[in-house]
Amino acid sequence: MTEIGKRKFVNLIALSLACAAAALGLFWLIFIMADVIRHGIAYLTPGLFLNEAAPPGMAGGGLKHAFIGQLLITFFAVLIGVPLGILGGTYLAEYGRHRTIGRFISTLSDIMISVPSIVIGTFVYAIFVKPIGHFSGFAGSLALAIIMIPVVLRTTEEMISLVPWEIREAAFALGAPYYKVILQVVYRGAATGIFTGTLLAIARIAGETAPLLFTSFNNMFLTTNMNEPMPSLTVTIYQYAMGPYDDWHEMAWAASFVITLFILGLTILGRLIIRWKYKN
Amino acid sequence: MASSIKREQTLDKLFSGITFSAAFLILVIIVSIFISLFRESMLAIDAFGFFGFISNTAWDPVRENFGAATTLYGTLITTLLALAMAVPVSLGIAIFITELCPRFLKPIFGTAIELLAAIPSIIYGMWGLFTFAPLMGEYVEPLLQKIFLPIPIIGKLFTGVPLGIDILTTSIILSIMITPFISSIVRDTFALTPVQLKESAYGIGATRWEVVKDVMIPHAKTGIFGSIIIAMGRALGETMAVAFVLGNKHAIATSLLDASATITVTLANEFTEADTDLYLSSLFYLALILLGMNFLLLAIAKTFLARKGKG
Repeated sequence: MTEIGKRKFVNLIALSLACAAAALGLFWLIFIMADVIRHGIAYLTPGLFLNEAAPPGMAGGGLKHAFIGQLLITFFAVLIGVPLGILGGTYLAEYGRHRTIGRFISTLSDIMISVPSIVIGTFVYAIFVKPIGHFSGFAGSLALAIIMIPVVLRTTEEMISLVPWEIREAAFALGAPYYKVILQVVYRGAATGIFTGTLLAIARIAGETAPLLFTSFNNMFLTTNMNEPMPSLTVTIYQYAMGPYDDWHEMAWAASFVITLFILGLTILGRLIIRWKYKN
Repeated sequence: MASSIKREQTLDKLFSGITFSAAFLILVIIVSIFISLFRESMLAIDAFGFFGFISNTAWDPVRENFGAATTLYGTLITTLLALAMAVPVSLGIAIFITELCPRFLKPIFGTAIELLAAIPSIIYGMWGLFTFAPLMGEYVEPLLQKIFLPIPIIGKLFTGVPLGIDILTTSIILSIMITPFISSIVRDTFALTPVQLKESAYGIGATRWEVVKDVMIPHAKTGIFGSIIIAMGRALGETMAVAFVLGNKHAIATSLLDASATITVTLANEFTEADTDLYLSSLFYLALILLGMNFLLLAIAKTFLARKGKG
């Protein structure tokens, strides 16, 4: 083979391997999604949302308690995590943008985003569950909020940095103090971005299981008391999947389907909003 | 007038103070995580020391003899295997997206791969336990045994009963989970390659692969390295997917088809069941070690990626 022929051949092989890698990635996504959809739809019944858990091994139970618990835990996590994240991000992008401490905290939050979520769970156990002596829904919300804060903070920082400086200067020229410029001009410009970042952060915590294992724990009963152990969809999926009963497995699949649909829906929605907003 | 300006200044100070406290909270949380995990681990640190703990292969709740060697081994081996599988695939995906994918498909395909990162780990666990592990145990692993068992040395890696709940299955699932992290960072750094560099390479007659290999990859070196470390941090800390398919067995596995345990799985399974103070403290110690490893890795990755951003 000539030198040029050999190089063309290597080129062909290498590029075909790249295509194969891409196909493999797509294959896993389709495989997993098809599996979740196939099992999930088969076991999806109205009873899943309307009934509470039946005693183990008895048919006819549902996961109403877990759905409500999941919503409550997530709601309080958002309530704690989002405002703190947005305010912190505001500091990093505005008051602290040229300060060393601002850069340092920005880097630190990037690292914190990657701290294993189960470690956050053990931390909340140590500072919250152990002192009060029992598992609680609040502890679960706290763990999720801690996971959420750096995510919201970094997206807020990025979205606010995208607002052009000239707009701030125009407001300064009218005599507006900095806080008013931020509240009335910058936030308005970055609102879509911050909102989307929040959506993506919710998508991220909605599927978290590990940090809830030792914080909100689990519960087979419907409760709205955040000071008690609280069931969540994810921990329930884990418990049911590992359990011995077939109908538990079926409910775990149905719940997996619902949660996957929710999270992927939110993720895709967020991405579409960003594309739509920042293309124009 | 003067008082109104004064009021505005006070309000501005107040708002700036509030935002600063919110940002500072990050530092407070990280420091308190380290302090509280360290305090909870004191009992185990006193009992076993550091090197004593990480070199001890025992994990015996009854005799209260705890060591991190088996779980550290499980954590590292699954992570490294996952990386070995994910890195080439992710590079291939990044090359495909930047060089080969038709323009109109780029955003769709890119999003599809990133959706792999959005799927919650418990879903990987469900799929792994009920669908993938049985497939591995019934078809793939017996086939691998047929091929590799007769070969000396390599054959040792495939001994055992193929059940699907083992290191190999776990590593494959982990590799799928970390692929999007590597490929999206590498894709972004590939896109930063100056067009002039690529065009001059094409100009002297380089093939597309040669441009990728000799221009884009060297240019994206730090990005690739950083992304691999970030993915490694992910794999080290992954809990639920691993908890479903690794089997939670505290032993040094010598075969890819053995069950094992990682730090995260041990925490997930045993934390609420720890009935003695030393047991719980040892679990906290494991969490502290995991946090330390993760933090160190991410700090290294950050330094690398930051240098890239400046250069």
